[in-house]
Amino acid sequence: MTESGKPMNIVNENVVGSDSGLQTIASSERTEVDTDTPPFVFETIDLNVYYGDFRAVRDVNLTVAKNEITALIGPSGCGKSTVLRCFDRMNDLIETARVDGRVLYHGLDLYGPDVDAVEVRRRVGMVFQKPNPFPKSIFDNIAYGPRISGMAKKKADLAVIVERSLRKAALWDEVKDRLSSSALGMSGGQQQRLCIARAIAVDPDVLLMDEPCSSLDPIATTRIEELMKEIKDEYTIVIVTHNMQQAARVSDRTAFFSVEVNEQSDARTGILVEADATEKIFSTPADDRTERYVTGRFG
Amino acid sequence: MALSSPASIGGGTSRAMTAGLTGKSFDVKSKMVEAALVLTLAASMLILLVLIVDLLATSWPLWTDRPGDFLTGSLNSANAQSAGVWQGIKGTLMLCLVVMVVAFPLGVACAVYLEEYSSGSRFAKWTRINVRNLAGVPSIVYGLLGLAIFVNAIGGFTGGRTVFAGGLTLAALVLPIVVITTSEALRAVPRPIREGAFGVGATQWEVVKDHVLPAAAPGILTGTVLSLARAAGEAAPILLVGAATGLLRTGNQSFVEQLTGPFTAMPVVIFSYARQPDDAFREATAAASVVLLALVLLMNALAIWLRNRYDRKW
Ligand SMILES: Nc1ncnc2c1ncn2[C@@H]1O[C@H](COP(=O)(O)OP(=O)(O)OP(=O)(O)O)[C@@H](O)[C@H]1O
Ligand SMILES: [Mg+2]
Repeated sequence: MTESGKPMNIVNENVVGSDSGLQTIASSERTEVDTDTPPFVFETIDLNVYYGDFRAVRDVNLTVAKNEITALIGPSGCGKSTVLRCFDRMNDLIETARVDGRVLYHGLDLYGPDVDAVEVRRRVGMVFQKPNPFPKSIFDNIAYGPRISGMAKKKADLAVIVERSLRKAALWDEVKDRLSSSALGMSGGQQQRLCIARAIAVDPDVLLMDEPCSSLDPIATTRIEELMKEIKDEYTIVIVTHNMQQAARVSDRTAFFSVEVNEQSDARTGILVEADATEKIFSTPADDRTERYVTGRFG
Repeated sequence: MALSSPASIGGGTSRAMTAGLTGKSFDVKSKMVEAALVLTLAASMLILLVLIVDLLATSWPLWTDRPGDFLTGSLNSANAQSAGVWQGIKGTLMLCLVVMVVAFPLGVACAVYLEEYSSGSRFAKWTRINVRNLAGVPSIVYGLLGLAIFVNAIGGFTGGRTVFAGGLTLAALVLPIVVITTSEALRAVPRPIREGAFGVGATQWEVVKDHVLPAAAPGILTGTVLSLARAAGEAAPILLVGAATGLLRTGNQSFVEQLTGPFTAMPVVIFSYARQPDDAFREATAAASVVLLALVLLMNALAIWLRNRYDRKW
């Protein structure tokens, strides 16, 4: 990707919600940028998120391209999780949270009046920072999503999906003999891979991962990074990470967020400083703040 | 680095480093606090113990004399020698059944709505405060409510002064408790479980029925059984609703006929025995109290068993 990180402001009301929305946006984009620019899966336009009166992030304009791994990095509290949770409307679950601006998913406004948040979450899977398996068996943890979405009803069909998902998450060999035992008896790293398997079992379009490796040892971390690279042909991945090496190793594009402190009110607001190809962010970033952060010299 | 072993720090011997670690020192303050706590605990246990011992001692002649006769005999206001509590036991169990069938589903439904569907709304906050107030309303007031509504206003439906009306009154009494304990059990379900379920595309109802309710079930069941025990022990409201205190005739009625017929219950039996001037009734009063205590303790034991049986870890 060679585009300069400037926000894209094409909003074509006519195509929103139609099946051809993806193509229309992509082709109008083509007239401006390179022809090989991948179509955008997500695009935020002047995204502001508030928790009550507190503005957590301000005017975020970010794009996420198809079949790429996009990393969100930045200091703690800068709003990475907040932005990530806008992509599958997880913020709906927080009563005080309010989203302002637009989040386009293949051109469709996710916060539009008749968008079904449940449908959105079926297509946009999420892996949380802390492993959160259901207090059920390993099998049921993974079979739950396919079962409720009607992908498979019969036990045999579900078994196929469970095995496929566990294999993709590099967990099959470790658990294939104890699928019916409780998921809570697994190690933290296994639980996290189980959550990844659970997320991909419903065959989503996008996988959002919020610091998926923060509780894992280096071996499990490597496994998950390999997994991400393997599955990115099928999925689009957005990952939040505090680990700079990890962002550099796995991601295609990196978005750097920072905190802006208001002199008068002392309010801390998250902002998107820049988003660009990962090599560029880590070698010749456009912004000083990015350079200071990625080289470990900040403050 | 000089920190490789403790003994090497400052050149001290290992004995110097471990000095004081093994000697027994006596921490007076914490021992005193501990003793005070044990004393208060003992005092409250003692009260309970005295109560039970006294009841058992007073009723002992009766238990040795005619235990089966007392448990299966019928309420008798004239003759202490032939008085029995069978109708009271049956009445209490039937009241509990009505309470269970009415208050449990209603209370759980209310709590699910308040916590899962409208938790942040002004309406929910307002309702929650009022439910707490309702739980504090004295039981005699519920008796008046039962008399006005279940006996008089919809007497055609309940049959007037019946088990059904009494059960409904007690259900109204424990409903706030069921709502509160269920709400607490629902709130104790960790947010990540909900997020995980929403994350794979579950609807609100699927999250509630597949994850939140099963995880909260032990708490809900325990709370419900405890509220049943509370209902079983209430005398005032059902007295107002019209439980029989005197002689009660019951033949071989069907279940439904009994449900809509005159009734009595253990607390009311105790009440009416205690009012008898005849000293011979002291024994019967104590014995009836033992029976009620046993019923309530049995329910509490059931609650504890349920909690242990279905306790979940997450
Ligand atoms: N549920 C919430 N209610 C109120 N404020 C919140 C809530 N969640 C997050 N915030 C605030 O929003 C800001 C951004 O939080 P967010 O969790 O998005 O940061 P983050 O970049 O993910 O941080 P970290 O790297 O520590 O996870 C923080 O100041 C945080 O205190
Ligand atoms: Mg975060």
